[in-house]
Amino acid sequence: MDVLIYLIPLAIVFGGIGLGAFLWALKSGQFDDMDGAAERILHDDDEKPTPAE
Amino acid sequence: MSPDGTSTVADPGTTEAVPVDDVRASGETFALGSYIRETAAGRHALDFMVEGVHCGGCVAKIERALSGEADVTNARVNLSTRRLALEWSGPPARGNALAAAVEKLGFGLVPYDPERLADSDKDEEKALLRAMAVAGFAAANVMLLSVSIWAGHFQDMGAATRALMHWFSALIALPAILYAGRPFFRSAWSALRALRTNMDVPISLAVLLAGAVSLHETIVGGPHAYFDSAITLLFFLLVGRYLDRRARGRARQAGTRLLALRAKAVTVLGADGARRPLPPEQVAPGMSVLIAAGERIGADGCIVSGTSEIDQSLITGEALPQSVGVGDQVFAGTLNGSGALTITVTGAGEDTLLAEIARLMEAAEQRRARYVALADRVARLYAPVVHALALVTFVGWWLVAGLAWQPALLIAVAVLVITCPCALGLAVPAVQVIASGRLLRQGILLKSATALERLAQVDTVVFDKTGTLTTGTPALTPNPNIDDDGLRLAASMAGASRHPLARALARAVPDVPVAHDVTEEPGRGLSLQTAAGEMRLGSRAWCGIDEGDDSGPELWLARPNAEPIRFGFSEQLREDAEAVVAALQVRGLAVELLSGDRPATVAAIAARLDISHWRAAQSPADKCARLAELADAGRRVLMVGDGLNDAPALAAAHVSLSPSSAADLSQTAADAVFQGARLAPVLEALATSRRAGALVGQNFALAFGYNLLAVPVAVAGMVTPLIAALAMSASSVAVIGNALRLAARPRHGMTPRKEDWPR
Repeated sequence: MDVLIYLIPLAIVFGGIGLGAFLWALKSGQFDDMDGAAERILHDDDEKPTPAE
Repeated sequence: MSPDGTSTVADPGTTEAVPVDDVRASGETFALGSYIRETAAGRHALDFMVEGVHCGGCVAKIERALSGEADVTNARVNLSTRRLALEWSGPPARGNALAAAVEKLGFGLVPYDPERLADSDKDEEKALLRAMAVAGFAAANVMLLSVSIWAGHFQDMGAATRALMHWFSALIALPAILYAGRPFFRSAWSALRALRTNMDVPISLAVLLAGAVSLHETIVGGPHAYFDSAITLLFFLLVGRYLDRRARGRARQAGTRLLALRAKAVTVLGADGARRPLPPEQVAPGMSVLIAAGERIGADGCIVSGTSEIDQSLITGEALPQSVGVGDQVFAGTLNGSGALTITVTGAGEDTLLAEIARLMEAAEQRRARYVALADRVARLYAPVVHALALVTFVGWWLVAGLAWQPALLIAVAVLVITCPCALGLAVPAVQVIASGRLLRQGILLKSATALERLAQVDTVVFDKTGTLTTGTPALTPNPNIDDDGLRLAASMAGASRHPLARALARAVPDVPVAHDVTEEPGRGLSLQTAAGEMRLGSRAWCGIDEGDDSGPELWLARPNAEPIRFGFSEQLREDAEAVVAALQVRGLAVELLSGDRPATVAAIAARLDISHWRAAQSPADKCARLAELADAGRRVLMVGDGLNDAPALAAAHVSLSPSSAADLSQTAADAVFQGARLAPVLEALATSRRAGALVGQNFALAFGYNLLAVPVAVAGMVTPLIAALAMSASSVAVIGNALRLAARPRHGMTPRKEDWPR
């Protein structure tokens, strides 16, 4: 059962990566416009991209 | 408003009626300066609230138009919040041109300061979501470890392995509790500081004590730790709280759009004839102000030149624009029609009628804020009882039964955890979330947390007339005396005008092409030169007809060598208004009608709807007074209204509903907003609230019943972490399961069940 000492932290680290990804997504505004994002994919604006920075 | 834009319309000789919106868009001067921010990269940025954005198509239209400008570096519309973030590299003054480009597409723009309009709701929602994510992560991992510990009790797990598991649990749970519990700790602390207690006090105490005692157990290598109970409790409560907040978030955003009512800039005419734009708050009484066609008036005043018609529906609830001329009074917040006006300011800023209405509303809202939510009332009784019980348990085991203080404290904590506020804390939010979700599907947005509870108590319904019982748009009254040729000619002329009556006439005969070269005289009528002579469509006076009886809104058509024709118009009832009013009366609710309109019109509508109690010509203050009268008589009043003149009444009523077509201020004042052209949502809201009220009662009964069973076990000191976790989850699941019954589809479509209504 000694392997537990590695396995439990490993499991927690993997879980933590998932949590971190979620918090990052939240912080970077991925959830700010739930309605708009769904519709944006339908816009035909490929030929005229937003002017580059 | 630019000088050229004004003169085009004011000049009666113009051959074309210029659509009002085009004039607005062509060159309105914005007072944008104070809103423009300089970004780190040396560019300029501006945030707008956008009116009229409904779908992805609108978003694409705006973004494409702005991206087409060479100096725009960022233009992004948020469809959820209806906001536009704009950034450009040119000089600050470019903002005016860019905003005008969007207005030209037909969208209204209102600049706002993202700093000042602190998005506290959004931030709080995000903080809750973060706390929920952390608590969920911790709860899942700690529960996993706990399962092995519980299994270990039956399978001879070594003390060292158990200690290791406990340490891991502590490592995950304690930081998570400290982080995710902050919303509860803060609320509990502020309640305690004010010498009150609320539901968050027992929650915080249970979670913190359970964490602390478990840490102590872990350090001394004891067999029992309650990390899992503490963190799961937090997680469940955070889920309830987050959903609760989210359900109301969107409706509340309507409130921030209130700013749109204010004029952006007022054009002041100096003594030397120079025009300069001033922010509304800098306008003083006595100044001369120019009002362009289609502009929202920025100050109260008296007309010194010009004629037009004013859409006063915001103030009086009157559906049709009123013709005004020299000497008439106009009010801030009303919308000018097709003629330019010059007024002398009599009241500006805080002295306007609009500001007065806003003050009335605030005063009324303060009265209502005294309502205490059911959950808080329960918590006031519950918290002291639980705390006393835990204390008695501790003292009893320690001093009376002679236990050491540590195990005695452990038992007392078990009492706190098991009387777990979890089921109790979920009893109301679970029902509320499901009820608001169900109402949302019917197009009803709940804004206030206690709206459901208050709706369930309603015994009197008060309606406003214009825009609430009626659709607010006039319709042509069918009349056999109107010949077909006349009707078609009138409709073809009417198509050229934006006056509501003309539009109603044009709508009545949709297949007629619009006549060319129609001239519009603001506030009077239309004329058309044909080979047969001049055709005129408009008011009595315009068509040269002697003053006769005045029976409601009308248009006249005068033709050479023919009898003039009268077109009468009437307000249209919402299609299910009669059915809804009848249904309310069948269910024993008293129905009343309060309107700012003329007595004759109100009486006719009341008679059609079979409403015996009605009052006409009510000012906003009159409506408030009537509601106060009803409240003093012990009635719980539901106010349904849409006009700005209803806003104080909406705030004063026990609970209020407003259609989504209502003025922004009214939507802000109302507890709930319903969408669509039908009134049925009023019935649905009442029925759902009644069922929700019943379910909340059942949930409290479940939670208390469970406590009656579990508390003796806990006081007796027989609760292990396994029993605590099982009991807590079981009670929470029972409460949520009961609440879910509300989500089931109603059996008879939208018709509420009979037993949901009181006798």
